[in-house]
Amino acid sequence: MPRAAFERELQRLQDEILVLGSMVEKALMESVAGLKRRDLEAARRVIAEDRLINEKRFAIEADALVLIATQQPMAGDLRTIAAVLEIATELERTGDYAKGIAKISLMIGEQAFVKPLIDIPRMAEKARDMLHRALDAFIRRDVDLARAIPEDDGIVDALYNQVYRELLTFIMSDPRNIDQANCLLWVAHNLERAADRATNICERVIFTVTGEMVEMDVENGPDAGVEGIA
Amino acid sequence: MSERMKATTLSTRSNLERRHLIQRIAFGLLWAAGVIAVVVTVLVVAYVVVQGADEVLTVEMAHVTIDPAEGRMIVDLPDDSIDANVKVIEWPIKLPGAQLIVLEGVPLLTFLLTEPKGGLTGEGGISTTIITTLYLVLLTISIAMPLGVGAAIYLVEYAGEMQGRNVWLVRLVAVVRFGVETLAGVPSIIFGLFGYALFVTAMRFGFSLLSAGLAGACLILPVVIRTTEEALRAVPRSYREGSLALGATQWQTIWKVVLPAALPGIVTGIVLSVGRIVSETAVFYVTLGGSHNLPTSLLSPGRTMALHLYYLAMDTTAFQKAMGTGAVLVVGIIIVNAVINYLSRRFAVSARGR
Amino acid sequence: MDMNNVKLETHNYHLYYGEFRALYGVSVQVPANQITAIIGPSGCGKSSFLRTFNRMNDLIPGAHSEGEVYLDGEAVFSQDVVELRRRVGMVFQRPNPFPKSIYENVVYGSRVHGVRNKGQLSAIAERSLKAAALWDEVKDDLQKSALALSGGQQQRLCIARALAVEPEVILMDEPCSALDPIATLKIEDLMRELEKDYTIVIVTHNMQQAARVSDYTAFLMMREDRAGELVEFGSTPELFTKPQDQRTEDYITGRFG
Repeated sequence: MPRAAFERELQRLQDEILVLGSMVEKALMESVAGLKRRDLEAARRVIAEDRLINEKRFAIEADALVLIATQQPMAGDLRTIAAVLEIATELERTGDYAKGIAKISLMIGEQAFVKPLIDIPRMAEKARDMLHRALDAFIRRDVDLARAIPEDDGIVDALYNQVYRELLTFIMSDPRNIDQANCLLWVAHNLERAADRATNICERVIFTVTGEMVEMDVENGPDAGVEGIA
Repeated sequence: MSERMKATTLSTRSNLERRHLIQRIAFGLLWAAGVIAVVVTVLVVAYVVVQGADEVLTVEMAHVTIDPAEGRMIVDLPDDSIDANVKVIEWPIKLPGAQLIVLEGVPLLTFLLTEPKGGLTGEGGISTTIITTLYLVLLTISIAMPLGVGAAIYLVEYAGEMQGRNVWLVRLVAVVRFGVETLAGVPSIIFGLFGYALFVTAMRFGFSLLSAGLAGACLILPVVIRTTEEALRAVPRSYREGSLALGATQWQTIWKVVLPAALPGIVTGIVLSVGRIVSETAVFYVTLGGSHNLPTSLLSPGRTMALHLYYLAMDTTAFQKAMGTGAVLVVGIIIVNAVINYLSRRFAVSARGR
Repeated sequence: MDMNNVKLETHNYHLYYGEFRALYGVSVQVPANQITAIIGPSGCGKSSFLRTFNRMNDLIPGAHSEGEVYLDGEAVFSQDVVELRRRVGMVFQRPNPFPKSIYENVVYGSRVHGVRNKGQLSAIAERSLKAAALWDEVKDDLQKSALALSGGQQQRLCIARALAVEPEVILMDEPCSALDPIATLKIEDLMRELEKDYTIVIVTHNMQQAARVSDYTAFLMMREDRAGELVEFGSTPELFTKPQDQRTEDYITGRFG
């Protein structure tokens, strides 16, 4: 088949995206699990491994640029490579969110939680699930799947509002909780942003397949609710 | 595996040497052929030139009187010269009252400048034959060139274009082309006989420049057509396309682009024809007549140098003069070819750019 | 797609060489003052199609056609072919300057159309050579033989020669395929300049060139019966980033020759 070398390289880049994706998923879950377990070592590991995530993202970018320069991809191939570049960036930012959560874990340190963490791990699992399925949709060029995933963003946003209201209650009951509550709010915020990133990836998938750019804003975003703060 | 590689290397080496050897032998043979060809040609030419040089280069001192007032020049050769008659040359411009100019001992190549006398002893020079040859060349070229070049243009440019459209035209063109090819190979005496029957006898031109010119034109027509056709075909199609794409008509394309580009080839054809005419004997033997005088009109008979040579050799005792005539012929042809070569190289260079 | 101004148009055009059909039912509208590229695999009839617009196919014995071809709304086959070829100029794949001087080459077309005045011809020569971005390189010696120029210069000379007769359309049949990359880029720049005043149609087998240079692209492909047909026609950015037809996608991504 003509352009076999190009095909192989393009496929390799997409596989690398999957690898990066799984690194980021793992970081996300590890950071939240570590937070829940009060495992400071896990948090430190996540922070250290973020470096690897960054390196992989740059490697993917560099290879993509080389492919563009040397192979002059057109049409579908061009859109695919553009998607690879974008998705690499989205994944790297999600990795940063995981790092942020790990740092907060260290900040909270040995303190006891004001309340057991239930919604936050649920948010993390949902965001991770969205991310995983988005990458799946990319590899399989599944437009229907890509269109369906952003609906789950609503669930994550709802969970976020819930966490927010709960923490607010705890702050009002005892002002000394402000510090920890803030930190936990920040964690929830990061997870909510991670879900948004997954939505962006879905937009990219649709563009790759159809050539159409669509904004997928879900109705009940954080701005929609009265209690939510943007 | 290395066994096999060794075997092939060995066989290749002896193969290589054999091939080099064969090449060297071939080159040697070709070189020898070339040398022989050149030597033979040079020998023939040299023999004639050397034998005839004596005759041609005889210089005689003349007594020349130039009379501008009467507009004439009187050439007086010594009594024992080739041509003891006093020659008078006149021109129309008269300067009355001008001085007589008398020149003693003017060296003249009398062989070239005096007329042949005819008769068994073949006295005289070859001046009239030189001029007659020139006349004949001009006449045949002026008949054959327009006809030949025109026919070739038609065959290549127009008939070729029409080919797809008309079956009969295709057949006609094929017949014409076959005819031209055949005629090119016909023995020249046939043209002579044809000329005799048609021009000399039937059309009552008699033995004359006209009859000879027409017969000669028929002779060289196939050559002119063929070389012109080839020259036209050699012009790249891209020139024609380029011209037509600019909105030129087909004739404009031919006249302004194709013909000028084909000119060197056409000129070659002309030169070949000139050579043929100059060296032809059979055709002119039966159409030109044998008079050694200068032809005064198209209907006058005359003699070319080649014919004169024949007559001298066969009908007189002046074999030396025959050689002399031959020498002049050969040298003349060499000079003409050299000049044409130089001119066409100059022309080709200016077309190719400095 | 701005189709208000259609310069050239074909309608269900079929081209035959004798019994063989070379083009099948091609309908295309070429917009004025734009560069339109014709791409497609070898043998699909791109050059034949290009040559339709200035009736150069008439020169091929046995060529005949069905369907209509229009220049500015007038049928091309009813016009005087000599005048048509003045209005629709052509630049060929291999530069083909005549074996004459640069000056004579450029003014050839004008002479042929009846311009005699030396002053006028000089002015035409200068104007055309300037338009073809060749003036500065040759102005000192216009009597030099055209064949002494480099390939790229010769091709620009051919363009100048075509421009001298003031055409409305310039057809280019793979104009850069015989040239080195630098000369190619110069000619591409030239095309973009010329676009303002002329309608340009270029046949190219170099897809990157078509993508670089053209505003619109037509993709032709051979059918089973070896006739060429139009698969897709669209604005170049669209056609090269999201082609409508799968065959177009396969061709421009190189998935098939």
